Amino acid sequence: MITKRIIPCLDVKDGRVVKGVNFQNLGDVASPVDLAKYYSDHGADELVFYDITASAEGRALFTDILTETARTVFIPLTVGGGINTTDDFDRVLKCGADKVSVNSGAIRDPSLVGKAARLYGDQCVVLSVDVKRVDGVFRIFAKGGRENTGMEAIEWVKRCVGEGAGEVVVNSMDTDGVRQGFDLELLEKVCDVVKVPVIASGGAGKIEDFIELFQKLPGVDAGLAASIFHFGEVEIEDLKRTMRNHGIPARIVE
Amino acid sequence: MVAIIDYGVGNLFSLRSSFAAIGQAAEVTADPETIRRADRLILPGVGAFEDAARKLRESGLDTVVREEAGRGKPLMGICLGMQMLFERSLEYGIHPGLGLLKGEIRPISERIPEGLKIPQMGWNALMIKKESPILKYSREGDCVYFVHSYSAVGCEDSLLATVEYGAELTACVGKDNVFGCQFHPEKSGEVGLRILKAFCETEADGVC
Repeated sequence: MITKRIIPCLDVKDGRVVKGVNFQNLGDVASPVDLAKYYSDHGADELVFYDITASAEGRALFTDILTETARTVFIPLTVGGGINTTDDFDRVLKCGADKVSVNSGAIRDPSLVGKAARLYGDQCVVLSVDVKRVDGVFRIFAKGGRENTGMEAIEWVKRCVGEGAGEVVVNSMDTDGVRQGFDLELLEKVCDVVKVPVIASGGAGKIEDFIELFQKLPGVDAGLAASIFHFGEVEIEDLKRTMRNHGIPARIVE
Repeated sequence: MVAIIDYGVGNLFSLRSSFAAIGQAAEVTADPETIRRADRLILPGVGAFEDAARKLRESGLDTVVREEAGRGKPLMGICLGMQMLFERSLEYGIHPGLGLLKGEIRPISERIPEGLKIPQMGWNALMIKKESPILKYSREGDCVYFVHSYSAVGCEDSLLATVEYGAELTACVGKDNVFGCQFHPEKSGEVGLRILKAFCETEADGVC
């Protein structure tokens, strides 16, 4: 049976891994290359690298870090942040990325998802969305969560998957950093409308949050988190063992 | 030296890096002479079958690969490269493959229950069906990374391992000196590197 994936996310700024609480108060954690290797050795199923400042400041991705990581880590690697054109796809794929995540870039140019899917295949294009409730409606936020686009979230996800996004990372800004569990209400709505893999992000504070996620929403394929892994509060190996004990398929690295 | 055949399909960075990680010299190449000189060949590939098969044919490397495999040189196809080892694919039409292995490529949607996502994307456990030099370091239940919407059928005589995804799908094949992995060993952590290492240790059959 296919296993549920556990994905540490490395938000990278100035060559270092950072994690914001509700996207503020960024703190320094470690070298992305070292951290990536550590996670790969300790059971991570995949890694996501986000250049969190890129969409706001147009900063180029840290391709040397990416290259170095892809040289030493042999699990799937997704790269996001500042992906605005198919040239950006090309640049990070050449450095060893397997999938490319688009967020603000797709909002600015809605044809980007389709263009990239035709060039590199659906499986390569990951739609990433930052979603927040505004007056009871799920809205898409751009630029690292700083700008409300006014777009309704579920319709936006549906549209992008229709154009060829092969996977969706759903990050709830309401639960992100709060550590009280994933946003099951939002995730369920997304799972109801798409048939591609759905990755839950935002809100994991403990092992039980992942168990609840996979038990309540069988349509979710993966759980993504950052700080709880970076600070060692949850060890991926412990998480995987607990998943298995609950009958949730998980890959155990021996 | 392992020649990773570059016919303009897919990203070969990780494959090259994974051979470096196991201390094996490897070269990404489209040069027929380099391919002929190599001890072993890797046929990679992602994307659509028809497009990849056309590119391989137009590069003329299909003939080189067929000749070298015919001389007994170990060859491993990976993902779409594995699918191209077979007689034909039914991905959007009927397209001939290299015909080095018996069988054809068909959509997994024909065989798996509705509601399962397509492609199969993620880590899944190998069920080993037959001993093989390329699986000598592998164990039943080893998880490897898959991304595919099509799989090989009618390949009983080369079937080495399967994977359960609503149906039992072909994961790994091998006959004589020709091997194939539907999954990505270069993205399957240590388990994947061990398969590449085992491939590098296969005996060349009849090559001087």
